[in-house]
Amino acid sequence: MSELAAMNAGSSLEPLLRVNDLKVDFGSRAALHDVTFDLFAGETLGLVGESGSGKSTLARAILRLLRASTGSVSWRGRDLLSCGPGALRELRRDLQIVFQDPLASLDPRMTVGESIAEPLRIFESRLTATARGARVGEMLQRVGLAADMMGRYPHEFSGGQCQRIGIARAMILRPRLLICDEPVSSLDVSIQGQIVNLLLDLQRDDGTAMLFISHNLAVVRHLSHRILVMYSGTLVEIAARDALFAAPVHPYTRALLAAVLPPLPVARNAAQPAAFSPAMAAESPATTPPGGCAFRERCGYALAVCANNVPMLEYVAAGHQVACHRAREFIA
Amino acid sequence: MLPTLHVDNLNVNFTQRATAIAAVRQVSLSVWPGECLGVVGESGSGKTQVFMAVMGLLAGNAVADGSVRFGVEEILGLDREHLNRIRGSKLTMIFQDPMTSLTPHLKVGEQLAEVLVCHAAMSWSEARVAARRMLERVRVPEAQHRMNQYPHELSGGLRQRVMIGMSLLCDPALVVADEPTTALDVTVQAQIIELLRAVRAEVGMSLVLISHDLAVVAGLADRILVMYAGRIVESAGAAELFRQARHPYTTELLKCIPSLSGPRLERLPTVRGQPPRAADELAGCAFAPRCARVAERCRVERPLLQEGGNGAAVACHYPLP
Repeated sequence: MSELAAMNAGSSLEPLLRVNDLKVDFGSRAALHDVTFDLFAGETLGLVGESGSGKSTLARAILRLLRASTGSVSWRGRDLLSCGPGALRELRRDLQIVFQDPLASLDPRMTVGESIAEPLRIFESRLTATARGARVGEMLQRVGLAADMMGRYPHEFSGGQCQRIGIARAMILRPRLLICDEPVSSLDVSIQGQIVNLLLDLQRDDGTAMLFISHNLAVVRHLSHRILVMYSGTLVEIAARDALFAAPVHPYTRALLAAVLPPLPVARNAAQPAAFSPAMAAESPATTPPGGCAFRERCGYALAVCANNVPMLEYVAAGHQVACHRAREFIA
Repeated sequence: MLPTLHVDNLNVNFTQRATAIAAVRQVSLSVWPGECLGVVGESGSGKTQVFMAVMGLLAGNAVADGSVRFGVEEILGLDREHLNRIRGSKLTMIFQDPMTSLTPHLKVGEQLAEVLVCHAAMSWSEARVAARRMLERVRVPEAQHRMNQYPHELSGGLRQRVMIGMSLLCDPALVVADEPTTALDVTVQAQIIELLRAVRAEVGMSLVLISHDLAVVAGLADRILVMYAGRIVESAGAAELFRQARHPYTTELLKCIPSLSGPRLERLPTVRGQPPRAADELAGCAFAPRCARVAERCRVERPLLQEGGNGAAVACHYPLP
C-alpha cells in the first residue's frame, strides 16, 4: 500500500486529500498563506517546521476546527470547507487526530474505556453496549494495552500509555486519514519509538494515510514517504523523503537540517552546522515587512528580488517543489 | 583541589496525599572548577530535583537530607537570607522557559541591573552600563534597544540569551542550566548551545547542564551522569560514555535516539516497558523490569554505584564490558 502511495505521489491519481490555496487569518495576521498539497491513500506525509510556523493551524483548518479564510480542502472529491454539518459529521468519521499532550486530550472524569468508546457511540450508535465493550477491548490490545484496563482513569496511566489511549480513540473507527500533531514530542525518548512503531503497525494493518506533524526531523525521516517543510505559514519545500534529506534545496530546509544536533559526539565535528550557519541570522526579526519571501531576512542568499516578489512553489524535479527564487542555482 | 559543588548522599522526598515519594535517592556528585557536567535522564528520573535541592528551590511538600557544599560552605537547609548571598550571584540557574523566569512587567535592562544593584552593590547607573555590556557579550543584537523592551517583546531565543546573561552578571562559580534549549526551535537550540560553549570558554565557570536530550549534552559536557528512578546509574567522561556506555539503560537510551544520518529503519529502536513511577519502590535494580540483561540477582539486590577505572562508575550487577 505504502509503496504504491509513494509512486502515486505527484501522479495524476485522485488524491485522498487535496488542499488548495488554503489561507487562514488570525485577525489581521495571516497564519497560513496559500498552502497547496495533495495527500494520497496509504501515504504518510511528514510536516516539519518551527513552532509558530503554522503546522498545527494547518491541521486544524483541514479538520475545520478553525475556519479558513480562503482556499479549499477537498476530501475524496468533496469540499470539506463548504459542506453542511451533517455531511461534515460523516466526513469526520474518516478523519481523526491525535494531539501532542496525551493527558490533556483525555477527559479526566471518563474512564479510558468510555473515551475510546465515544466515537462508536456517535457513529455506530446501533452497537449494543456489549459489542461496544468488545470493540474497545480489542482496540486496547491493538495499541499494546490490556483489555481489562478500560475501567481505569487517565491519571492512572503514564504519558506513553495515555498516548496509546489517544491513538486507540482515533483509530477505533478505522479512519482513512490520521492527523498526528506532534504525537511524541512530550514523551521520553525511550517511549517515542514505541509510539512511532505502533502508528506504523496500525497504518500497515488498516491502510490509513497519515499527516505526521513534528519538529523532530529524525522522527519524520523514519516514517514519512514525502515531507512538507513549512516556514512562517508557507510551504517552502515538498519532496520525497530521500530527496529531501539527500539534497535539500530551500535555504531554510538546509539550515534546519544543519541545525539538528548529531546524537553522538563522534559525528559532531563532521556534521557541525558551521559551514551553513552564516547563512542564517541568529534571530528572525519580529516583523518581516510583507511582500517577498518570508525567510529573506534570515537567509544568507537573499537578493533584491526576494524582498519584492513572493516565490511560488515550483517543480525543480519530479515530485520535488521548492518556493525560492534561487532554487535553480542551488540545484546546479 | 576543592570541588565547586559537592553533593553527598542527597535524598529528596515529596509528600503527596499522605504518601511519601522518593524523587532523589542517595545521590552523591562533585562538580569541579571549570568543568561542564551533563546530567541526563528521562522525566521523573530526579535530575532536576537534585539541583532544585542544591538551589534551595524545592517545593513546599519536599524534604531534602544529606549534604550540599558550595565551595567550603554547607548550603543545604540554609535559611533564605544566607542562601540569597550566593544564590543569583555566585550560584545561578537557567531554566527551560525563559518567559516564566523573567519578570513580565520589568524591562529587560532593569531586571539585569537589579541583580548587580543587589549583589554587587553597584549604583543603578553603573549597573545599567554593565547590564548592556553583558547583553552584548551574550550576542544580543541591538543591546541598547533591548534594554528598554519587556520580555514578551523578545523571541524565545533572545529571552534565553538574556537569562544566560543574567546568570553571568556576578561572575558565578557555578551555573546550573536546566533544559536550557528544550523549549526552543532546533535552529535556535544550536545557537544557544554555541553561546554556552563560547561563554564557558570566556568565563571559565563550572556548568551543570541538565537535559533529557543526550545530543544537547554531548556537545558541551566533559563528564556525564545518567540518572534513572532517582539514582545515578552511570557516570563517565563524555567521550567514554558515548564510545562505550556500560549500564544497559544508557546503551538502550543511546540506541533510541533517531538519527538523520545512517540507514533509515523500518522500526525505531525502543526501550521496552514503562519508566517506573516515583512512588514505586523496588527491592532490586529499578531498571530490571525493562532490562534485556536482567538476572535473578537484579530483582532482589540493588546494585551500588561502583567506581571502575578512570573515574567512571556504574550501578549494575552485570555491566557491559
